[in-house]
Amino acid sequence: MAHPTAAASRAPAPAVLALMALGLVLLVAVPVLNMLPPDSAFYLSDFSVVLVGKYLTYAMLALSIDLIWGYCGILSLGHGAFFTLGGYAMGMYLMRSIGTRGVYRDPILPDFMVFLNWKELPWYWYGFDHFAFAALMVVLVPGLLALGFGWLAFRSRITGVYFSIITQALTFALLLAFFRNDMGFGGNNGLTDFKDLLGFQLNLGSTRRAIYLASLIALVGTYVLCRWITRSKLGRVLIAIRDAESRVRFLGYSVTAYKLFVFTLSAMLAGIAGALYAPQVGIINPSEFSPANSIEAVIWVAVGGRGVLYGAVLGAFAVNGAKTWLTSSVPELWLFVLGGLFIVVTIALPRGLIGLIGLGGGAPRGLGLDRLLPRFTMPKPRRGDG
Amino acid sequence: MPDARDFYGSGWPAMIARVLCACAIVMAGFLLLAAPRAAQAQDDLATAAAGLAGDFDAKIAAIVKLAGLGDPKAVPLLQALNDGALMVRDSDNRLAIERDKTAYDALTGEALGPSATGFESVRLNNRVRGVLRGALGTLQLASPDRALRLVAASDVFKTRSVENLPLIEKALARETDSEVRAQLQTSLAATQLLSDKPADRLAGAKTLAGSSDPGVRAMLVEVRQSASGDPQLAAAIDTAIAAIDNRLVMSNLVQTVFQGLSLGSVLLLAAMGLAITFGVMGVINMAHGEMVMLGAYATFVVQQVFRGYLPPAAVEYSLLVSIPVAFLFTGALGVVLERCLIRFLYGRPLETLLMTWGLSMILQQAVRSVFGPTNREVSSPSWMSGSLQLSDAISVTLNRVWIIVFGLLVLAIIVLATRATTFGLHMRAVTQNRRIASTMGIRTAWVDALTFGLGSGIAGMAGVALSQIDNVSPNLGQSYIIDSFMVVVFGGVGNLWGTLVGSFLLGIVNKFLEPYSGAVLGKIFVLIAIIVFIQFRPRGLFALRGRAVES
Repeated sequence: MAHPTAAASRAPAPAVLALMALGLVLLVAVPVLNMLPPDSAFYLSDFSVVLVGKYLTYAMLALSIDLIWGYCGILSLGHGAFFTLGGYAMGMYLMRSIGTRGVYRDPILPDFMVFLNWKELPWYWYGFDHFAFAALMVVLVPGLLALGFGWLAFRSRITGVYFSIITQALTFALLLAFFRNDMGFGGNNGLTDFKDLLGFQLNLGSTRRAIYLASLIALVGTYVLCRWITRSKLGRVLIAIRDAESRVRFLGYSVTAYKLFVFTLSAMLAGIAGALYAPQVGIINPSEFSPANSIEAVIWVAVGGRGVLYGAVLGAFAVNGAKTWLTSSVPELWLFVLGGLFIVVTIALPRGLIGLIGLGGGAPRGLGLDRLLPRFTMPKPRRGDG
Repeated sequence: MPDARDFYGSGWPAMIARVLCACAIVMAGFLLLAAPRAAQAQDDLATAAAGLAGDFDAKIAAIVKLAGLGDPKAVPLLQALNDGALMVRDSDNRLAIERDKTAYDALTGEALGPSATGFESVRLNNRVRGVLRGALGTLQLASPDRALRLVAASDVFKTRSVENLPLIEKALARETDSEVRAQLQTSLAATQLLSDKPADRLAGAKTLAGSSDPGVRAMLVEVRQSASGDPQLAAAIDTAIAAIDNRLVMSNLVQTVFQGLSLGSVLLLAAMGLAITFGVMGVINMAHGEMVMLGAYATFVVQQVFRGYLPPAAVEYSLLVSIPVAFLFTGALGVVLERCLIRFLYGRPLETLLMTWGLSMILQQAVRSVFGPTNREVSSPSWMSGSLQLSDAISVTLNRVWIIVFGLLVLAIIVLATRATTFGLHMRAVTQNRRIASTMGIRTAWVDALTFGLGSGIAGMAGVALSQIDNVSPNLGQSYIIDSFMVVVFGGVGNLWGTLVGSFLLGIVNKFLEPYSGAVLGKIFVLIAIIVFIQFRPRGLFALRGRAVES
């Protein structure tokens, strides 16, 4: 705990910068290659564009988790909830913009409401016919939920695994709630059959490329924001909280306020990621709330290397790439691989891929993670003993 | 105690001899008495039955008389009358029963030739029919078969005709079985309500106030509507309805509490192991649910082995064998996991959490590959199926009762093990202060491994219990793990009493919320309530002091 700020102040090595530049070029290349004629050797299918676009939103989610877990020591096992809420907010706009093109041709009510014999729109669907309102909700709903939940949790100093478990309970409760038909969010099927976004048809290649680029810009923006935060004075306090919460409190900082700020911001970022995810995938349903999804997102960060922002992005791409490849070639093997990743990364690779390929970066210190090899010694005695 | 020795020693043979003697005497008496009594009954039957050939009033008198004899032989006669198969020979008014177009003598069964010539059906009107139905019911009340009597007693309640009143009273005087008596009393009271004597009606209403049967309540409400002419009766019925309502509320309460306890004991079984591993070692084991699942599959495998290699009668007891098998299997697996993986992560609870989550995925997928993704069926032994009737309105399923008993038993054993064994002592020592325990010569690493094994073993036993009430599928553990965590968070970490209170409380609250909000919303409320609860008690209901506090 000698240099709590070391992780943030260390400048990235040239190799890292080169890698990031390469990644960015590759990502920009995706829509360009998609615009080539289909018979060209370099043509990239629409499917691939959507797939990489999906990874981009996952990477944003991973960044938002890394911001609180890697830099502030808050392990949220319910971040998928904020992601999905953002997706639902966007989905509600997309549902409203279907208009009379639905199966039942109702100008106001989405199909599933007509199907349920509802006569009028529930109040919480008001305003979602305006994109600006929906965009506001994409940020506000997850943000407010995180603010309320975080305030309750942090002010009573719920930390560590307790916090992880109640965040898991939070997303589980939302999962159960959104499965209900009378919640007014489409129940089991969720929201789907989207037609267009801001008047552009979603099934057009150009719209897809536009959303892809928006996701890329959002990811870069998130990265820059997170980097700015983690390298500011605020970021140093966050890292200090991660490494020695009590000391920071004794020094006169309001730990609750710092944690609440970063948790809420992280939830908003996750919400934006979800909002970009929904139109690309074309559906948002309650299974996205399942605790397993949230934990999977955490493992992206762990695989990439937590406490390093580009590690989170790398992890999201690596794990999801492996998932796409394995689930199509050897589907029964995927869960073994994913489970194995959890075990290998936590025990043997505490610094993730970033640590493995030796790309500097700051592994979280003070948690016993700064050594690559696992400790074969007695558990460390904790404060409060004897 | 000399008395006791006497009781178990010389007393038994003497008593058995005495009982056997008494039986022999009674049997002999029956044999002597039976023959003339049978002849007497046949005569009575014939005289009573003769009236059936007369006019409607004579018929009613005959039916009541026949029913009053209490002779089971009258049943086929009255049944035939009810079915329209009873006939009278024109020549000598002899009663006959028609079967396959042939007439048989109603009393002796002698064949009397084709029924088409010289016979006439006995006619009935509605009044006679009413009396007949009641009489049939009351006659069945005299049946030697207890189950038939019980059915008849409730039939009489359904028909409710005043003519049956004396018959029911008679049956009641004769009845010895308490359950049939209770039903008869209800039926009697219900019939009394229709009596023309005001005192009888009031007495009926008063008796019915003691019932707790929703059917009786419905009947009272019906009678109440026509009782407005009799203010005294109306008041009595109102009191009775209120009393029944009270009792129904009570029994609903008992039923709900029981369901809550049963859910709670499932949670208790699932959460106990979690509380031990978390409390003693500070390890959050996300694969705990999969240990439960493996225990359920162990039960399935044991049952398959029993089915394949042992006589069918032994399958009944496969569950008893499954308990130690599941405990040892999951316990051993727990020790292996602790030695190979978990010990490297001590002091890093968040990493442990993620690692064990990975373990849970692997275990689930492994089970899915071996046993397939579909549900496996574990049959319940006969001594665990069926239900226990506690009162008119309260019945509890036997397998749930067994699970409650099992959960409490396991808790008792665990408490004993931690209090009274050396291992328990070491475990508590390590919980309180690992370093001092280590300097005192306790091999803390072993204690850790065995503790984790114990926690996993308990999970395995929970799996045995769950196999009786839930589908055995690879996802079995997932559905309980979050609830179990809630119990541990709510009850306080590493505290078995907290786990007990937490699980039962959560179970009961869940079941009380269900009727108002549905199962899903109830669960959401409970989750929210827990999130709010730990605002005020961040360390749970029963906070523990020691190693686990500062983590």
